[in-house]
Amino acid sequence: MSDDHHGDPNLQHHFEDMDQQFNASKLGMWLFLAQEVLFFAGLFCFYFVFRYNYPELFEFGSQYLDAKWGAINTVVLLISSLTMALAVRCAQTSNKSGLILNLVLTFICAGGFMGIKFVEYKSKLEHGVFLGLFDYYTVDSELAAREGNVAPTSPVERVAHATITPADPNATTIAPPAATPTGITRPPASAGEAHDHSHDGHEAHDHSHSHDDGHGGHALVIHGERPANLHLFFSCYFCLTMLHGIHVLAGMIMLVWLYLGAVKGRYHAGYFTPVDLGGLYWHLVDLVWIFLFPLLYLI
Amino acid sequence: MNTPDTATGGAVSSPEITEERNYINHSQGMLSWLLTLDHKRIGVMYLAAILLAFFGGGLAALVVRTELFYGDGDLLLSGDWYNKFFTLHGAIMVFLVIIPGIPAALGNVVLPILLGAKDVAFPRVNLMSFYFWMLGAACLILSLLLGGIDTGWTFYAPYSIYDAAADSHTAGAVISALTGAFMLGFSSIFTGLNFIVTIHKLRPPGMTWFRMPLFLWSIYATAVCQILATPVLAITLLLLIVENAVGIGIFNPNMGGDPVLMQHFFWFYSHPAVYIMILPAMGVVSELIAVHSHRHIFGYKFIAFSSIAIAIFGFLVWGHHMFTSMSPMMNVIFSALTYSVSIPSAVKVFNWLATMYKGSININTPMLYGMGFIFLFTIAGLTGLPLATLAVDIHLHDTYFVVAHFHYTMMGSALIAFIGGIHHWWPKISGRMYNENMGRVAFFILFFGFNLTFIPQFIAGSRGMPRRYHDYPDIFDFQILHQASTIGAYTMLVSFLMIAYYLVMSLVNGRKAPWNPWGGNSLEWHCQSPPLHENFRETPTVGDCYDYSGLVWNAEIQGYVSKKA
Repeated sequence: MSDDHHGDPNLQHHFEDMDQQFNASKLGMWLFLAQEVLFFAGLFCFYFVFRYNYPELFEFGSQYLDAKWGAINTVVLLISSLTMALAVRCAQTSNKSGLILNLVLTFICAGGFMGIKFVEYKSKLEHGVFLGLFDYYTVDSELAAREGNVAPTSPVERVAHATITPADPNATTIAPPAATPTGITRPPASAGEAHDHSHDGHEAHDHSHSHDDGHGGHALVIHGERPANLHLFFSCYFCLTMLHGIHVLAGMIMLVWLYLGAVKGRYHAGYFTPVDLGGLYWHLVDLVWIFLFPLLYLI
Repeated sequence: MNTPDTATGGAVSSPEITEERNYINHSQGMLSWLLTLDHKRIGVMYLAAILLAFFGGGLAALVVRTELFYGDGDLLLSGDWYNKFFTLHGAIMVFLVIIPGIPAALGNVVLPILLGAKDVAFPRVNLMSFYFWMLGAACLILSLLLGGIDTGWTFYAPYSIYDAAADSHTAGAVISALTGAFMLGFSSIFTGLNFIVTIHKLRPPGMTWFRMPLFLWSIYATAVCQILATPVLAITLLLLIVENAVGIGIFNPNMGGDPVLMQHFFWFYSHPAVYIMILPAMGVVSELIAVHSHRHIFGYKFIAFSSIAIAIFGFLVWGHHMFTSMSPMMNVIFSALTYSVSIPSAVKVFNWLATMYKGSININTPMLYGMGFIFLFTIAGLTGLPLATLAVDIHLHDTYFVVAHFHYTMMGSALIAFIGGIHHWWPKISGRMYNENMGRVAFFILFFGFNLTFIPQFIAGSRGMPRRYHDYPDIFDFQILHQASTIGAYTMLVSFLMIAYYLVMSLVNGRKAPWNPWGGNSLEWHCQSPPLHENFRETPTVGDCYDYSGLVWNAEIQGYVSKKA
């Protein structure tokens, strides 16, 4: 037993010394990150499978995404990773003010990232695309199916109607035959309610398109015909970015907690485990985005 | 009270400690248990909760078996409720009982002691795992209160995607059950994480990797599977939850999604999960066989590395659950990989048999479970081979042959080892001895009942009886085979009631357990029964835990003591 650390109040009873405790915590964090990687891997796998099977969905759908915002967010997160690394360094050198400053900077970057994501999501909503039932097109085709229309209006016709794309209404052959929207019977709480709601959404949708030049500082110009099952692309986009966003939010809570500890002067050269582990987590969140950005926005 | 001094243990006996203090009476009151950070108390809470869940899952199985007593008509259940009950049985037994059974309950109690550590690496995370388990159980109960689900425990899409026209359950019940399994997944991940770090970082001086008891090797291999496979299940369940909540279409064929992709995701977890269930059982049996044969384990390194090999192979065979929906090329690859799992499994069986050879075997209750395991696991493994054979699997796929095969692994092997482990460590956990004769009788009733239940299912399955059917025609002797199976299930109920009775009675009036009732030499037998709150008075010295030559039976204390004493 090393006597010099034995009296350290940060040492838990079942560890022999601070080194053992630090090494155990660090290994624990790496294992946690390994499980995080596999957690995201499921979604990445889903991305690759659907991209391989339906490349046209991804080609068409990625037009809705703005690479400019994605790139800015990438830079913001990279800067936050740098400030986080500096925060860890400051904790190791017992530089309290530097630690606090860098934690605050990291938090601001994280907040900025979420703000930009909010702007992006908002513009998606205004263009009528979102997750699942909240996606305008999904709702409409489901309703058509539920109301017993033998041949529901093809999404392409509605797109043409909504003047996003001047498509030939009969050109539906891009979609795989099995994928035409048929027979979906997923009623929300009340079918009548949802029906009214969706029609409101329909009008709001058309309305938004007549004004959408201002969104995100650019006019959304969509080329080509809207393929059937485009919602699969948006499911992919929203599931990946939302899960990542939840991790950013968790990271922000962690940063607040680290900040409170730093203000109290809890971290110094002899004990900086929480800052170190928080840094590891934050770099993983950054890393996931480094993969998400090119996969969703660029290719 | 005499306490044995031990050959290799550093824990020197001192009577007043033995009499007065242990982890059970260390502190008083409900909260001292519910908020405890002591790995032993958390393990005991897991054990109680898991056994309760086991009782519930068993009742669901009895209801299903009773319904199948006659081929036609609704004896107890309508078709919808029949589906709900086998789903309930599967979900409870897999997620609530077998997966956490040995690692979380027995592992928590004995792992740090076997290692010579004071606790697991992260006691708070350990308690959190337990409450995740409780939350998961609560979600499953909620799902039942919301009307139950009939998706099967595998949550296959599109069964698990709510469809008002086709489903007898509600969207809320499905979401609740999926959330429950999601929580239980994280409980399992954090338990595995804790154990890996504990084994890596908390080994005391002298405890090298190859001095660890084999139970620790198997728990380590299990933990690797838990950490790397369970997150994939978690994300799959999360996607299904979102699917049910807002309809994202990923797994929904009506929306262009791919239900077979869901099966791939699911089995990428759930096949390693089969090894999450069986590997700890193999670890327990390695201990049981060596201790009760009083002979050094044969082929230590082979058993240790075969655990790791099984864990690695476990990740490469998930496709064999979908032989009927993959390309011929993939089928051949997965079939070959599946065969190769049998190699490390057989290595273990031969090593156990070689350990017993010329051993001085005590036919007591834990040893009976150990030998029962070898017998039943061998049947389980050998009946897996026809299922790995592509052409034969086309005939056997989704028949009772599959049901019988995985019950031989899940129940005949994993649960039998779990119950054997409970008997083996019961004196250590509770500090009391149970009635040995009743233990032996209950084992034989259980063994008989188990085989009576599942051997007829092999026969029915090979004749084409499909699984999960509520009614069946009385052809190929199906009805008599089902009736034998049902009678076997009730026979098992009798044995479980007996086990519950004598274990509870042992707490009431059982003989006080000595430090070392069986003659084991791993570290848990070098601390008192029940152990101290801090496990050891001082960090123990570590020897060869399978060397039994220094121990001798002492009739006065009815336990083993060091020859020196």
